[in-house]
Amino acid sequence: MVIINRIVLDVLKPHQPNVIEFSQTIAQAGPDYQVSLTVIEMDENTETLEIEVQGKALDFEAIQAAITGMGGSVHSLDVVEVSHESDDG
Amino acid sequence: MNLLRQLSFLLRITRSQGIVRRYFVVNGFDGALAMLGLIIGFIISAPDNIPVIINVCLGATIALSMSGISSAYISEEAERKRALEKLQGAMVADLQESAHGKAARRVPLVVALVNGSAPLVISLLILLPLWLAQHGVALPISPLYAAIVVALLLIFLLGVFLGRIAGVSWLRSGTKTLLIALLTAAIIYLLEGY
Repeated sequence: MVIINRIVLDVLKPHQPNVIEFSQTIAQAGPDYQVSLTVIEMDENTETLEIEVQGKALDFEAIQAAITGMGGSVHSLDVVEVSHESDDG
Repeated sequence: MNLLRQLSFLLRITRSQGIVRRYFVVNGFDGALAMLGLIIGFIISAPDNIPVIINVCLGATIALSMSGISSAYISEEAERKRALEKLQGAMVADLQESAHGKAARRVPLVVALVNGSAPLVISLLILLPLWLAQHGVALPISPLYAAIVVALLLIFLLGVFLGRIAGVSWLRSGTKTLLIALLTAAIIYLLEGY
């Protein structure tokens, strides 16, 4: 099975919820997710972010749903790290 | 996410907590002063008919509450809709299904309920001595004067609440609102009593 271990996203979001709540909600999308968030740019109504998510098996759909649920939108998926784990262990 | 946490989150992302607090105090104060005015009016004109006094005050309370609910809902719905459209323009995305979309639909309801319930709860507390007297409960003073004492106490507590929000002396803030109520009472006595 091929699993995603790390992704880096370019995300646009409104100022609210703030970056702490935003990253906490993304981290809640999986059991062992680690989120690193950097604010790249800020204007009157929005913020551009670089979000790195790491975990044993990332669920991209769940991460995207968490982001859009808070009013953000994924502009691009800039980095992906995947690994192949043999099904028979 | 339970309902209260979700509502708190929606109020936070729309920065509406201050608006809710303001509506609570403003309309609560309206309710308390309206009851104070009505009760003083009854003391001057017809203090003996408690059931009539209760019905009149209850009618005014319900009208204040409905006015609070409808006016806050209409104005907040328009404000939230405008804010959401502005945000959607900035994000170049449809945010109807996001937390911001939910906030635009739910925050006006919360604000309206707070705005409507503040005068309702405060007025019902002021009318409590009248109900107790109607149901045969002996009060140390006349029920109308007891209602005035409750009204002044609640107005003082609204001032205390405002003082704590502003981070200034609660005693000074409470005394300020109490003086406004006493001034109102004095004006009513002057205009109606003579």
